[in-house]
Amino acid sequence: MEYKSVKRPNNGDWAVEANGLVKVFGDNRAVDGVDLNVKAGSIYGVLGPNGAGKTTTIRMLATLLRPDAGSARIFGHDVSKESQIVRQLIGVTGQYASVDESLSATENLIIFSRLLGLGRAEAKKKAADLLEEFGLTEAAKRPLKNFSGGMRRRLDLAASLIAQPPLIFLDEPTTGLDPRTRAQMWDTIRRLVKTGSTVLLTTQYLDEADQLADRIAVIDRGHVVAEGTVDELKQSVGTSSLHLRVENQSDIEIARQTVEHVLQVQSTLTSEAAKITAPMANADLITDLLISLREKGITLSEVSVQKPTLDEVFLTITGHGVEDEKTNDTVKETKRAEAVNA
Amino acid sequence: MNTSVKTGHLKNHTSFIQTLRHSLTMAYRGILKIRRTPEQLFDVTLQPIIFTLMFTYIFGGAISGDVQSYLPVIIPGILVQTVITTSIVTGVQLREDMDKGVFDRFKSLPIARIAPLAGALLADTIRYTIATVLTFTMGYIMGYRPEGGLGFVVLAALLVILVSWSMSWIFAFFGVISRTASSVQGISMLVLFPLTFMSNAFVPSDTMPKWLQWFVDINPISHVVSAVRELTNSGSVGTDMVWSLVGAAAIVAVFAPITVRAYMRRT
Repeated sequence: MEYKSVKRPNNGDWAVEANGLVKVFGDNRAVDGVDLNVKAGSIYGVLGPNGAGKTTTIRMLATLLRPDAGSARIFGHDVSKESQIVRQLIGVTGQYASVDESLSATENLIIFSRLLGLGRAEAKKKAADLLEEFGLTEAAKRPLKNFSGGMRRRLDLAASLIAQPPLIFLDEPTTGLDPRTRAQMWDTIRRLVKTGSTVLLTTQYLDEADQLADRIAVIDRGHVVAEGTVDELKQSVGTSSLHLRVENQSDIEIARQTVEHVLQVQSTLTSEAAKITAPMANADLITDLLISLREKGITLSEVSVQKPTLDEVFLTITGHGVEDEKTNDTVKETKRAEAVNA
Repeated sequence: MNTSVKTGHLKNHTSFIQTLRHSLTMAYRGILKIRRTPEQLFDVTLQPIIFTLMFTYIFGGAISGDVQSYLPVIIPGILVQTVITTSIVTGVQLREDMDKGVFDRFKSLPIARIAPLAGALLADTIRYTIATVLTFTMGYIMGYRPEGGLGFVVLAALLVILVSWSMSWIFAFFGVISRTASSVQGISMLVLFPLTFMSNAFVPSDTMPKWLQWFVDINPISHVVSAVRELTNSGSVGTDMVWSLVGAAAIVAVFAPITVRAYMRRT
């Protein structure tokens, strides 16, 4: 199916203007004064760890949750006062698939289409078109219980596109998907923007924001801690980092001097693991470095070049890591490993 | 191709016709769900059969001398009791349904806020219809021949379905405000059990103590039971019918708005 160009409201440049949004759950200030401005026709990424307030922010912008303070406008319409207008301008794909488990894919799309005002025949055609577009035609009649995570997400996204809304919220669209499905999802999101839609997505992965977003807001503990283009954000962190491990502990000081000399940067040392870490701007220099290390007779046990992780971005921007979440992730990883072993 | 649409065309309220359409679509969803999981119809098929058999043969001789002359008393009574009990399930299922992600989508769609609730309640009238038809059928098999004739039996059936639909707004309200489905079941039974038994549904009230008679006489369930008896047994419409309809309207007038408000506040 070809996307028709979407309704483009005549409201100036801003798809989203949020000012000082606050949402408090009990003692927890989940969102604590978030400002966001999203230009129409762009992909905007909200990056942050679990519990940073991403989902709560999206839910307020999508009229699902009332802000406790602050205001937000979607294409110039207030989310609290003109919520029914806002709902006509947005599509929401939640973190957990918001489709009907007990019905088939076709039935789901037909019901949503009918609710959006399409006639019986129109709804049927729309459902068939969208299912084909998202590669779900074969599974159309099967109950959703047998759908994989990726299929569910695709159906969910398809449901958000029925009315071809000018603004689409995607809450962690690829969390839990395998790499191939993730790449498919990215392609779909890119295509959406070509048709003129604005996309506001949240993600935990810097990589994903990097791949998709024009601008990024980094959010932590309910605050926006950094905002800018992908390049601006990356420059503050360094493009990639070099990790070196030496065979003999005694060589580590010479190795470190060599690294600093060749790369012309400050390096850090983790003594217990005998690991040297250094930011690296130019990948070509690694050849020089390796030759130089060989000449000095230093044996390496491990060498790798890594992209900055969300951890490092956080460390740089906030001065603290994603401690709490990291322990959580470790627990999750352990659990997953246990599950695999069992 | 650029179909430029000004947002000035968009309206911030939903018209009555749209509200009706949205509710009917949601009712269609409810019917599809029933078709997908027919096992959820067990209670409305088995309960009328078992209860009608059980109560008629247990109480028949004691109350009316023999089973045959008890049938005109018990069939309307059991009908009202069974169908209204069925409406509790509406609240329970609504609670389960609302915990699913799909309600997030309904909330984010530009549809009437009442539609997801009204649609679910409307679809459940199918359950009431099944229970009603089965109760009358059981009665017929056991020898019940309503003197009012088929037309008035149908009218009585419609009255019971309408009253149950109105009552289901009460349980829908419990469904929206409770945290779990089982608590909806518990609190609803607590309300309904005394209400159906402290009525004239199974036994005439004249053997009861005075204070209980007083309650039985003002109990809305008694009015519905009496109205059904008048319709089926003598083919007449009396004040009980009027009271039943007034009561039903009052329940909807009170509970529909507060249920919708609670639904919108809960996120």
